[in-house]
Amino acid sequence: MARILMKGNEAIAEAAIRAGATNYFCYPITPQSEVAEYLVKRMPEVGGVFLQAESEIAVANMILGASCTGKRVFTSSSSPGISLMQEGLSYMAGSQLPCVVLNIVRGGPGLGGILPAQSDYFQAVKGGGHGDYRLLVLAPSTIQEAVDLTMLAFHLADKYRNPVMILGDGMIGQMMEPVEFPDSYSEPELPPKDWAATGASDRDPLIIRSLFLDPTTLEENSIILHKKYEQAKKEEIRFENYKVKPSNKVLIVSYGTMARICQTVIDDLEPEGYSVGLFRPISLFPYPEVALRKEATRKNIESVLVVEMSMGQMVEDVEKAVAGARPVNFFGRTGGIVPTPEEVKDQIKKLIKKKSRRGRPAKKRK
Amino acid sequence: MAQYEVTWAGFGGQGIMVAGQLLAYTGIEEGKQVVWIPSYGPEMRGGTAYCTVVVSDSRIGSPIINNPRAACVFNRPSFDKFGPKVRPGGLLLVNSSLITATTDRTDITQILLPANRIAIDAGSPKVTNIVMLGAFVGATGIVSYNHLKETLKVKLGKKKGLLEVNLKVLEEGYNRGKAESKGKLRA
Repeated sequence: MARILMKGNEAIAEAAIRAGATNYFCYPITPQSEVAEYLVKRMPEVGGVFLQAESEIAVANMILGASCTGKRVFTSSSSPGISLMQEGLSYMAGSQLPCVVLNIVRGGPGLGGILPAQSDYFQAVKGGGHGDYRLLVLAPSTIQEAVDLTMLAFHLADKYRNPVMILGDGMIGQMMEPVEFPDSYSEPELPPKDWAATGASDRDPLIIRSLFLDPTTLEENSIILHKKYEQAKKEEIRFENYKVKPSNKVLIVSYGTMARICQTVIDDLEPEGYSVGLFRPISLFPYPEVALRKEATRKNIESVLVVEMSMGQMVEDVEKAVAGARPVNFFGRTGGIVPTPEEVKDQIKKLIKKKSRRGRPAKKRK
Repeated sequence: MAQYEVTWAGFGGQGIMVAGQLLAYTGIEEGKQVVWIPSYGPEMRGGTAYCTVVVSDSRIGSPIINNPRAACVFNRPSFDKFGPKVRPGGLLLVNSSLITATTDRTDITQILLPANRIAIDAGSPKVTNIVMLGAFVGATGIVSYNHLKETLKVKLGKKKGLLEVNLKVLEEGYNRGKAESKGKLRA
């Protein structure tokens, strides 16, 4: 198929349709309202359900209910709305129900602002709601990648019977880029959904729940979830290296829109003689810890710089991965302010200057 | 051309977003990488609207451009805001029907174009943005004129009467942009 120009929100919505989503529940919020605007027209064309709920809390319970039937369910929101969904998402993880949730992050906390941010990282990757569970989290940095990851998300949700989150930011939602959809959608075969409540006319009734009053059963359930996350850590690690090479003195770690800005930084600094690489995690949970440690501890790397549109959240996972082997520095802007390439360049120049000064042998006083 | 960035700016309703999108569509038709990014934030009716288009031969990094190579400004607030931001050696295309000011900068090329007047004379003030689009492409050659014309036919072809006016002013804008830039801005 030809490349077409699409807004991020619309492209993600179309990707959900192509991946077989037939149930979409939503409550409007900037900067992702175009997802609903697109699907209110598109969902009926594929015989699906579009429903605008009375609140995000209702949305979360609607996706829970619809997911019980084994259909592919989708919702989208932005930060404050996603917070309201956390109870339902915890119930879904506990009940082992698949769904795909899109978070087009805006500045927070509270009602915050409407401009792009990455300040929901902790909420997305550390669980978000109550209990021992995780979301699988994917972070696109282009509209094409948003399309590809959205399709993948539906597959992973079914594979792991767990909610999967696409973590974008206002920029991913609002900008337009060329995208290409595959002519036909295909994915690896998945086991039949024998857990789905599809009507018990010819079998015993199924009960889908997250309530286990017997502590032994509840612990067993948590162990089942834990094993799935361990499996995901083996099978679902995704990342991309940009200009990572042996000469790199600084390794930038950044994801989503921010990573693109760092690419420009790296390109601009190259002719000035600065060798900088970019490690871009695509799966934020599971986190590409091992791969990151390998790149960050290359011989010539003097320091690691984490750049985020937040006050510093992913930096904690980077510190964990690097485990003290290299100094981990952080630069970020938040509240809807996106760091400019110039700001990031200054940070890198400071780091390299500081390091080389420190590396020079001190002159001995006579 | 490695990468070219242009900011379109004016009042809401002046066709700013559409002008940028038409340029982006044409870039895609030529097999280029493009990003179209709108101003998005709290705005009021009658407030400013702007978008930036990046056209590149290779992968586009930062979609956020603080200093574009060109700015096409449709009203005074946009002139004030984006005039100083154009990168040295770049282009400032000014809708002189609504903007009486001119820039003092000597490090950029300024083209004054009475876009509203040209549009009204051609039959519709609605096509002001197409006059500017034509002039921008005429001055810079970022995309080919023929491809741009095709884009207009595809995207604006539903209203036949208006399409004719659009194509007419596109040509006029293109010729004026080309003449004014004297070929020195060609990408």
